[in-house]
Amino acid sequence: MRDDSTATSVSIVYLARLREALGMAGERVELPADVTTAGALRSWLAARGGAFGRELAPGRAVRVAVNHDLASPATPLHAGDEVALFPPVTGG
Amino acid sequence: MTVRVQQADFDVAAEIAALRAGDARVGAVASFVGTVRDVNDAAAVRTMTLEHYPGMTERALAAIVDRAKARFDIFDAVVVHRVGELAPTDQIVLVAVTGAHRGEAFDACRFIMDYLKTEAPFWKKERTPDGERWVDARTSDDEAAARWGREAGAPIR
Repeated sequence: MRDDSTATSVSIVYLARLREALGMAGERVELPADVTTAGALRSWLAARGGAFGRELAPGRAVRVAVNHDLASPATPLHAGDEVALFPPVTGG
Repeated sequence: MTVRVQQADFDVAAEIAALRAGDARVGAVASFVGTVRDVNDAAAVRTMTLEHYPGMTERALAAIVDRAKARFDIFDAVVVHRVGELAPTDQIVLVAVTGAHRGEAFDACRFIMDYLKTEAPFWKKERTPDGERWVDARTSDDEAAARWGREAGAPIR
């Protein structure tokens, strides 16, 4: 749990196949107090069900970047962060 | 270090000339050019669209080049990656590295490409006779990057 009582708002960016499967390029969300890490955010979004449940289910290969750096599930989130969710990259 | 993401094609000779311009320490230039093939996973590819994540892409590429410079005895490197719509035979990516000797330059060039393939936020979508499809990541690319070991500084994902 966060020790502050103010709402934590982050912007989420969905890229490539994930953007198409979810039907949106991004959104701004207010995080519940117990969603404090990149991994928790993914689980929270997956709990919406539907396309989110399918695409973000455990075992699906999803990468997360926080403020333009690759993140691990334990990476903490803060108000104003830009969190990007995307499939494994295929450049080069 | 030069890192660029652009729609326009690039001139390999001009990029290498700029990279080593006036640097008499350089005894080796190693380069790699990736190009679009007309077939992938048994399907004909008519065109492909390369998408990236503006803001993160240049930062990720620069971080990979920084790691290469820390690990190998090289002088400088250039990375140019195209985005947008590309057709078979088009150039996609250039990595070029200067060093005093070929061994470190070759290794650094391969290191940069191996990590670009697994960490730089680019995605390919192919148009085939059966429609469009996103290209799947290959486990062989993860294995190629892992070959350099954890000390390469790859984030744990």
